[in-house]
Amino acid sequence: MEKFKSFLIRKKKPVIFSVLGIAVFIICNALISSGTLGRQGAGLLVPICINIMLAVSLNLIVGFLGELSLGHAGFMSVGAYAGCLFTIHFDLPVYIEFPLALIIGGLVAAIFGVIIGLPALRLNGDYLAIVTLAFGEIIRSIINSLEFTGGAGGLKGINKFSNFSVAYIAAMLTIIVIVNLVHSRHGRAITAIRDNIISAEAMGINVVFYKLISFVMAAFFAGAAGVLYGHHLAILKPGTFDFNKSIEILVIVVLGGMGNITGSIIAAIIITILPEVLRDLSDYRMLIYSIALIVMMLSSSSPKLAELRSKIKGRLRPSTGKEVA
Amino acid sequence: MQQFCEQLLNGLNLGSVYALIALGYTMVYGIAKMLNFAHGDIIMVGAYTLLLSSTRFGLPWYLAVLLCAVVCCVLGVSIEKIAYKPLRNASPLTVLITAIGVSYFLQSSALLIFGSNKQKVDSLIKIKGFTVNGINVSGESIVTLSVTIVIMILLTLFIKKTKMGKAMLAVSEDKGAAQLMGVNVNATISLTFAIGSALAAVAGILYMSSYGFVGPYTGSLPGIKAFVAAVLGGIGSIPGAMLGGILLGIIESMAKTYISTDLADAIVFGILIVVLLFRPTGLLGKKRIEKV
Amino acid sequence: MSLLQVKNLGINFGGLKAVDDFSVNIEKGTLYGLIGPNGAGKTTVFNLLTGVYKPSTGTFRLDGELLNGKKPMEINRMGIARTFQNIRLFSNMSVIDNVKVGLHNHQTYSVFDGVFRTPKYYREEKSMNDEAVELLKVFDLENEKNNLAFNLPYGKQRKLEIARALATKPKLLLLDEPAAGMNPNETEELMSTIRFVRDNFDMTILLIEHDMRLVGGICEEVTVLNFGTELAKGKTSEVLNDPRVITAYLGE
Repeated sequence: MEKFKSFLIRKKKPVIFSVLGIAVFIICNALISSGTLGRQGAGLLVPICINIMLAVSLNLIVGFLGELSLGHAGFMSVGAYAGCLFTIHFDLPVYIEFPLALIIGGLVAAIFGVIIGLPALRLNGDYLAIVTLAFGEIIRSIINSLEFTGGAGGLKGINKFSNFSVAYIAAMLTIIVIVNLVHSRHGRAITAIRDNIISAEAMGINVVFYKLISFVMAAFFAGAAGVLYGHHLAILKPGTFDFNKSIEILVIVVLGGMGNITGSIIAAIIITILPEVLRDLSDYRMLIYSIALIVMMLSSSSPKLAELRSKIKGRLRPSTGKEVA
Repeated sequence: MQQFCEQLLNGLNLGSVYALIALGYTMVYGIAKMLNFAHGDIIMVGAYTLLLSSTRFGLPWYLAVLLCAVVCCVLGVSIEKIAYKPLRNASPLTVLITAIGVSYFLQSSALLIFGSNKQKVDSLIKIKGFTVNGINVSGESIVTLSVTIVIMILLTLFIKKTKMGKAMLAVSEDKGAAQLMGVNVNATISLTFAIGSALAAVAGILYMSSYGFVGPYTGSLPGIKAFVAAVLGGIGSIPGAMLGGILLGIIESMAKTYISTDLADAIVFGILIVVLLFRPTGLLGKKRIEKV
Repeated sequence: MSLLQVKNLGINFGGLKAVDDFSVNIEKGTLYGLIGPNGAGKTTVFNLLTGVYKPSTGTFRLDGELLNGKKPMEINRMGIARTFQNIRLFSNMSVIDNVKVGLHNHQTYSVFDGVFRTPKYYREEKSMNDEAVELLKVFDLENEKNNLAFNLPYGKQRKLEIARALATKPKLLLLDEPAAGMNPNETEELMSTIRFVRDNFDMTILLIEHDMRLVGGICEEVTVLNFGTELAKGKTSEVLNDPRVITAYLGE
């Protein structure tokens, strides 16, 4: 008993996380089977999980590595096509075939992560962002012009394998892997590169390796998310994975807070549900996103607004005396 | 041969438009050290202004051109003042995300105002073309090429000969030092955005005369390609932007004719990646030594 | 054999000889000063020794091993760590995490261990944490360990940079103007910290400094640079009284 208690204290966060994770899973499943969520609500659960995977993985690149990737939809599409082509052409039992498809989609996307990560080793900032954008567009053009991907007409005949349980487990795995990575020495190395690449190198950090690892990991989970997406809609069209899709994922990351995984999860849930709830506002969706991006950036960086924010914070939360002068 | 020459001319035509847009990117990058992602969408605003002023209200061409330039200038400068100026000392990541936000803001505003359908814009160019050795030279090509050449010459003269032009060069070399020497940095940056946006307006008008339709997303792809052109030529370099634009235009129209229409964009972006990998400073760019 | 052997090191920037024919031998355990007027090329020497710039001429060896041409990361791993003139902390990371980044290469657990939290992960993270706290104590920063680095006052940021560099367990520590922007009291305290580091960590230190009291107070030997070339070299007390050095600083 004593041992168990000390275990609980030592691993407080992982324990809370596991309990919460299982509770959410049970509640959602209960809500689905009792029909409380309705068809529309239940239909949103898988997209929520997919968006969580996309946002959390992109956050690794944008929030922790500090580089802008504008081609996340490209990784997603590569994974989606690889995984869906696999389930179309192979005929194994579902419980083997689908997890395998998720892994294959992830791995193929990860290979593309290496291909994009390689130029990333030499470039940074605006140049890298534009290269990721270019890669995304190249991938889309190529998928569009190939025959075995179904071309512009899309890839049809995909089984609807995606259900809430699989999607939930995949999203949980994404979160666990990325959170653990970030809280390891490897994650600190990645964050150090974001904060100051020159002193990271001077501290003996292998910048090349960690940039690559970030891109590969992010691509893997985006690819797996793509496989879920394909098996949810039962059709893939190259047009879905355009630049706008990448931006939509970026919006989630920015709204949730760069470098804040919990924020990404909450923002992914809100951004997936909101358009369904506010159907009347669908014309204004992109406008609202764009204003949100600008306001978030200005409020986090503009000196005047930062001052205002700290004033408001100070009023809401009077000094706890925690800070040492 | 005839087809090749016509495609070359098409390429020059398209390349001139890219070059004009690339100038805006390269000047802003040189001076404000930022990638103005929304620059391409200024073209779209220019094209819609043309649609309203000329096609709908029938203003004479010179008034329409003037109006387009003024609208784009005001827009470009306001964007700088509202969205970019507060971020002068922010990280490049923050600035770039803001610029993407501005780009989306312009696109979605246009979508709300004008709807998603593309609309026909009448060409301002009424000059008749001619045929040499069976090669068609359209009026649009003649005007586009001559306007571009004149603008390039004027811009080069402006930067080399005038006080304001020299101030721009000084700010792009060293903002702090320029300020100490009495250059008004804020005014210079505004001026750069104004000139860049006016050039985008002209590019928009020329683009419309060849392609004829405007929609909310009209500016985004040419914008990105013009950025590729600016990088190809060497970002921050004005002759580089011209060279990069023309080259890219020719490559694109050749790729469309001889390889595949679907893959032409992929080829353009492929060139960008190759250039950045093997010569990140572009064809005419200078290498900078990073201070530690 | 000297710990650091620099022979005829030089670099050109577009025809300008920023550093020319720089040679020095530094014995193990020495506190060595590199001084000179602004623009004399002192920081450039540091950038050459840490691989930020590639030398155009000359060589340098640490413990007999040839280091020129190596990348900053490799040079750090072979035993040279540095601080920066314009502080370059990981400003959005906590104070203790800054030090842990320095300790990075002294842990061995893999990405797999980190992602799946194997026992090795917990073991090494714990020892890393203990080590980091010990280092912070040396610099009187242990109460700040969970604050973000950019929230530290200036003097403490300078100290944290030294702690972070020490965490990489170098043989040679390069300090670029450690006392810049400090008041006399802080400088005094810094001097004793630097001595403490040398004695307790068995460290060899090369430092750039403008504060002559600091240089005169703790450095055993100095080199004076002027216009990229060596003006004088030797025992601190002798060099600082050399008329040529005084002229270089004060003008004719």
